[in-house]
Amino acid sequence: MGYENVTQSLTKVIEMKKITKKFGDFVANDSVNLDVFKGKVHALLGENGAGKSTLMNILYGLYSPTSGEILINGKKVDITNPNIAIEHGIGMVHQHFMLIKPFTVAQNIILGQEPTSKMSVLNMKKALKDVKEISERYGLYVDPNAKIEDISVGMQQRVEILKALYRGAEILILDEPTAVLTPQEIVELIQIIKNLTKEGKSIILISHKLKEITAAADFCLIIRRGKHIDTVVVSETNEEGLASKMVGREVSFSVAKDDKESGDEIFSIKDLIVKDNRDIIAVDKLNLSVKKGEILGLAGIDGNGQTELLEAITGLRKVESGEIKINGENITNNTPFQVISKKISHIPEDRQKRGLVMDFDISENTILENYYKYPFAKRGVLQYDNIRIYAKELIDKFDVRPKEESKMARTLSGGNQQKVIIAREVTNNPDLLIAAQPTRGLDVGAIEFVHKALIEQRDNDKAVFLISFELDEIMNVSDRIAVIYEGKIVGIVDAKDAEVEKLGLMMAGGGNE
Amino acid sequence: MKLTFKDLRKKIYIFATEKTIGFTLISIFLGLVVGAIFLAAAGFNPFQAYGIILRGIFSKPSYISYTIVRATPLILTGLSVAFAFKTGLFNIGAEGQFIIGSVVATATGYFLHLPLLIHIPVVIISAVFAAGIWGGIAGYFKAKFGVHEVISTIMLNWIALYFQNFLIYTEGFQKPGGETSYSIQPTANMMILKTWKQSEAGREWLLQHPFWKDLLRTPLNWGFLIAVLMAILVWFILNKTALGYRLRAVGFNKFAAEYGGINVNKNMIISMFIAGGLAGLAGALQVVGVSHKVTLIAAMEGYGFDGIAVALIANSSAMGCILAGLLFGALKYGGAKIQPFMQAPSEVISIVIGSIVFFISIPKLIKVILSRKNKKGGSK
Ligand SMILES: Nc1ncnc2c1ncn2[C@@H]1O[C@H](COP(=O)(O)OP(=O)(O)OP(=O)(O)O)[C@@H](O)[C@H]1O
Ligand SMILES: [Mg+2]
Repeated sequence: MGYENVTQSLTKVIEMKKITKKFGDFVANDSVNLDVFKGKVHALLGENGAGKSTLMNILYGLYSPTSGEILINGKKVDITNPNIAIEHGIGMVHQHFMLIKPFTVAQNIILGQEPTSKMSVLNMKKALKDVKEISERYGLYVDPNAKIEDISVGMQQRVEILKALYRGAEILILDEPTAVLTPQEIVELIQIIKNLTKEGKSIILISHKLKEITAAADFCLIIRRGKHIDTVVVSETNEEGLASKMVGREVSFSVAKDDKESGDEIFSIKDLIVKDNRDIIAVDKLNLSVKKGEILGLAGIDGNGQTELLEAITGLRKVESGEIKINGENITNNTPFQVISKKISHIPEDRQKRGLVMDFDISENTILENYYKYPFAKRGVLQYDNIRIYAKELIDKFDVRPKEESKMARTLSGGNQQKVIIAREVTNNPDLLIAAQPTRGLDVGAIEFVHKALIEQRDNDKAVFLISFELDEIMNVSDRIAVIYEGKIVGIVDAKDAEVEKLGLMMAGGGNE
Repeated sequence: MKLTFKDLRKKIYIFATEKTIGFTLISIFLGLVVGAIFLAAAGFNPFQAYGIILRGIFSKPSYISYTIVRATPLILTGLSVAFAFKTGLFNIGAEGQFIIGSVVATATGYFLHLPLLIHIPVVIISAVFAAGIWGGIAGYFKAKFGVHEVISTIMLNWIALYFQNFLIYTEGFQKPGGETSYSIQPTANMMILKTWKQSEAGREWLLQHPFWKDLLRTPLNWGFLIAVLMAILVWFILNKTALGYRLRAVGFNKFAAEYGGINVNKNMIISMFIAGGLAGLAGALQVVGVSHKVTLIAAMEGYGFDGIAVALIANSSAMGCILAGLLFGALKYGGAKIQPFMQAPSEVISIVIGSIVFFISIPKLIKVILSRKNKKGGSK
């Protein structure tokens, strides 16, 4: 039918016309058009750094466009700050959340619009009632009295959505909402999106996961390197079509991988016990080993001890008892420095907290573990020429965009931040590479690249330990799959014999061994 | 090329909000405007007042020299605060570190008897070291027990103050009959051409050279040069060395630093040690170059607190601290002159400085003011 015909009878709530945004000489958005319709879901698709978040930050009043105009309900508006966006019924859930950690769910939701009784006293009762009402209406269940720091990422996201709705949002921007969610939470989120559109809300959804776009969106705007490529009706296309439009070439979804005989055991964990922040046992007598030349995948639902396990291995968390060994050497309770020097590299789960120094530029970030070594430093003095050359190599090889080593990590798009970390850790050429959610937030092309890099590492007879919530990824990339449940390994299967149903069952605690 | 009024306004906006130097200059200007408003409200002609201040800073060689002498400790305490700040720590303790530096400098300057070329370095190094430890204590408390450095440095400030007063009443250190210590030995004195100035030949020469006579009338000393060297050194350490990389990484994101194998606790202590050493150097130079002794102090003298303002104005840049310190020193020295010359309260200078810091701390406000202007210009 075509986009024009399908949308003819719909009500336009937002029109972004010829939006251009420059950062210095760099054009992040180049004359992009976007229409959003009442009660519909409009997806934004584009590679890392294509300019999706930038476009949405403009709509939300965080950036002002260099040129172009925005119409809301047919009227031209000047959105110079988020308050104006909120007044016009626009709400945004950012790629990286903006909640106040020690506050409760309800406190976060009402922040800035606290209901008050006479004499401006905070009326917490009314607040709780309001929050409950909205959350029930859209099926967004949360515990209003829980503290943000104690709830899961999926729950935090619900809080962000509730916060926007509480402020009267009619149009909701979700910037990569599913990147941080478990598969189960994604299903729930898609249901929430359906509930919202049924009530007449409009949604703008940014995602790299084509499956979600085809499942949830009505229309899809495709951006490539800041340029407007096309707007399509999702029901009239498929995943392959979307992917090739976005990247400009054919993309393969599964990775080619040769069989390989794995070597000796190089890394092992014995009876490991680790506690979490609340002093509860999170890793419970866990046993695990990785061989040379193999990728061991760890499947499991978020919160079953994965985070604590990784932190314990890398020296960021205390081990209560048990033993961790690499190359025959005991590294239990070593410092992060010692662990690194034993040739273990780590792509961390939380890129903004652990992986990058946001106020360093790309080149400074590429030497985080090696800054004091030759050729990056000589007699304690940094050799910036060498550092720059090294950073340029990494940028080229891992296709970080833009190709400017002096760009602050903070100004990179989410996916490109991730690429910098991967580039650094893989290039360290470790004996054991620990990759936690390595493709989170990456576009399909970049995912392909990262998977290849992991496999290359394995082909060079190194060990790789991959942790992911995405079963597809685990099954595609790993040689063996271990399943973790409540801090224990409940089963290990050969990837060739793995079945989704069986793994799913084990992940939920119905283990067979 | 056509440059419309609107373009120009946009240029100014960008200059003032995106370029930090432009932003700082505008804040300074606004601070002076606020001071002028206060003066006018109190019935004084602000132009006349600022005229007096300007002449009071520049019109004689000795004035310039006094300004520099005034600025020297402020540059160093500013550097101390800025250095800590760049590494993620808030050093409120420059005040106490300054005191420790000056006390130790006085003690080593008075008690030790060493040859000229050795005495001054010994005095300075021991003062810097002691003050470094004083700062390092706060770093240690933070690393070991999680005590916030703001709390611990404030307490250390008071301990330092009473420690100095206690020493001044100690026999052997107290100059009989006064509430001051003994003066340091001449070998520890760093005033430029001090002995020559008082010699027969020197006095005669100066009589014939009024410019030099006026200039050398003041306690002009090598301190300023040392302060400038320190600024360069701080800049170099922070930006060009592995140590600086470590310290900045810890300051910007200690979780990432920890992940990268950097020992966060150790680097916090090192940072506070260096910050303390810089403030201590300020105290030491003040003693060897200007005061030559320490006196009883009833309240904080404010060198350390002024250092916070200097660091803020300098946007924590090491080179900026030189300029901000000079500005600060000039305002303080020149500003004092409106009192005798036009009976205007010299506290106005504190208002000016306070306002500058205020405007710098809230870039948002300036942005809002300017963007309103831009909007109106744009919609016409
Ligand atoms: N404040 C800024 N200063 C300079 N450049 C910026 C800034 N913000 C974004 N950019 C650049 O603009 C481009 C687009 O970034 P944006 O965050 O919009 O990408 P994205 O499409 O959301 O990518 P991702 O899928 O990785 O999140 C990137 O190249 C980024 O480096
Ligand atoms: Mg983005």
